[in-house]
Amino acid sequence: MAVLDKSSPPRPAAARVAGRPAVRIGPFSVVWRPRTVLVLGIGLAVLVLAMALNIGRGDFPISVGEVLSVLAGGGDAGQRFIVMDLRLPRSLTGLLVGAALAVAGAITQSIARNPLASPDMIGFTAGASAAAVAVIVLGGGAVEFLGAAGLPVAALVGGLLSAFAIYGLAWRRGVHGFRLVLVGIGVNVTLTAVVHWLLVVAGITEAARAYVWLNGSLNGRGWDHVVPVAIALAVLVPAALLLAHVLGGLQFGDDTARGLGIPVDRSRTALLVVAVGLASVATASAGPIAFVALVAPQISQRLVGSARPPIAVSLVVGAALTVVADLIARTAFGATELPVGIVTAVLGAPYLLFLIARYGREARG
Amino acid sequence: MTQLHDPSPPAVQGDATVRLRADQVRLGYGDRTVVDGLDLDVVAGTITAVIGPNGCGKSTLLRALGRLLKPSGGQVLLDGKRIDRTPTREVAKVLGLLPQAPSAPEGLTVADLVARGRHPHQAWYRQWSADDEDAVAQALEWTGIADLAERPVDELSGGQRQRAWISMALAQGTDLLLLDEPTTFLDLAHQVDVLELVRRLHAEAGRTVVMVLHDLNLAARYADRLVAMRDGQVVASGGPAEVITEALLEEVFGLAARVISDPVAGTPLVVPIGGHARST
Repeated sequence: MAVLDKSSPPRPAAARVAGRPAVRIGPFSVVWRPRTVLVLGIGLAVLVLAMALNIGRGDFPISVGEVLSVLAGGGDAGQRFIVMDLRLPRSLTGLLVGAALAVAGAITQSIARNPLASPDMIGFTAGASAAAVAVIVLGGGAVEFLGAAGLPVAALVGGLLSAFAIYGLAWRRGVHGFRLVLVGIGVNVTLTAVVHWLLVVAGITEAARAYVWLNGSLNGRGWDHVVPVAIALAVLVPAALLLAHVLGGLQFGDDTARGLGIPVDRSRTALLVVAVGLASVATASAGPIAFVALVAPQISQRLVGSARPPIAVSLVVGAALTVVADLIARTAFGATELPVGIVTAVLGAPYLLFLIARYGREARG
Repeated sequence: MTQLHDPSPPAVQGDATVRLRADQVRLGYGDRTVVDGLDLDVVAGTITAVIGPNGCGKSTLLRALGRLLKPSGGQVLLDGKRIDRTPTREVAKVLGLLPQAPSAPEGLTVADLVARGRHPHQAWYRQWSADDEDAVAQALEWTGIADLAERPVDELSGGQRQRAWISMALAQGTDLLLLDEPTTFLDLAHQVDVLELVRRLHAEAGRTVVMVLHDLNLAARYADRLVAMRDGQVVASGGPAEVITEALLEEVFGLAARVISDPVAGTPLVVPIGGHARST
């Protein structure tokens, strides 16, 4: 097609655009970004290694080679039991939860055009937490009755409700990133206060259960924790990758995005639903694991050198980060196993301070 | 409100095609009405500049023409069809727009910004077709920033950045362009630079352009048609010589000025009188 008519200046023989080499196969075309592919490959390798180490280490150490042979169908009965029934579901939950949180963070940070706008900072996860703690504390027998499904469903509903409250409060003829962050932080604080109130009124047993859950823990996670997150990821990650095509345009602000033919409100709502779904299901499975949703997309963006958090790379980095944090939480402190959320908080908090300091400087300069 | 001028739509010259028409539009934000009952025709192959004092509704009108703002009354027609009932993606293949002071995310390269203009022609599986690459390469050539392709947009000078944004609108491949104050924040040399580019787009590539401009002298020089607005109404429209008159400047801007002939282009040139009338 001719964009400009023939009287436009003659175009160079090979019309190539610097920095955007193409991969084209039939109707499929995409920009070839070797750095992204490299980061993705390294990330996957780190993830597999961390998984194998995490599964292997513990009271009954199993070597990486043996872990891999068990996963391939070999090993003796004892090794199979430890790997397949005890350690693999736990590590897999960590992997899936980390991936879900990171993708959710990459989406919300892109929409708000603000690195601080991750689900755990702007109240989405707090909504899921408050609902889950309410079920633990007030539900009494309901928890046992609902079984594994009760907590995730409550967390999902809580996450969605808080997200729509935040979106509604932040909406003023469009959503501005900074406003979303401020409203979100306000809602976050309010919901955190609700959680504390629930802990105060709770009986000692319920409070203890809720407290462990609130730290974000992978302890005792089995296949019934893996399945819901796996299903959510199988549905929501492809949706996120399809919608990601629009994210680049949304980043320019509403007017420019509309000018490019993007149905802004519809796209943004769809993306937020995907992000909240991922964050809530992750929170439901392992509690509010701190900072993964904030840090993983930002690390990925810097590794890849892109202008917004890349979805696929964030997924791998988030998964690897959580599995490595779990490995540290399980093995670095002798017999005491820490909840994984404490390790991610220790790793993530300095990064948050760095981001805030940098953001403040930019706002002034 | 003006009583002096008839607000009826300007006559269409000959059988020229009307690309974009505002038909009795009422525009506002919330309860505040900014423009009421406005008519405007944008004829194919013209450069139209909308002028008027701050707050007269120029940008609001442009936003409505570009379907960024839905009229609360009346309608906007693009090629005879209601723009708000045409899928936004289809509109984006015909009409490109550059908002006032657009912002790009930190670190985005010029090539990636301009490539974003191809969005209406892309899909999730078709993100960088040969057509896309041709259009982006041409758009970069046209604005003379091909050598800046790999630089981050936030590191460019104001003039270069505006060229990059115009390239994005060009890469979109639309023959209708709406530019909201494309020269804001630029020094005079770069203002002229951008407007020369607009004129080349019109003359050499047949684009129809509607732009909001603040500088009356530049508007008179670079536009074929001026639309003067005050208080949400079109006060006058027509060729620069018809619109830029001493009486109109007084009425629309409350400005006492002499209008002389621009020694370079022969278009009207506004010379404000200000305090000098009394001191000399």
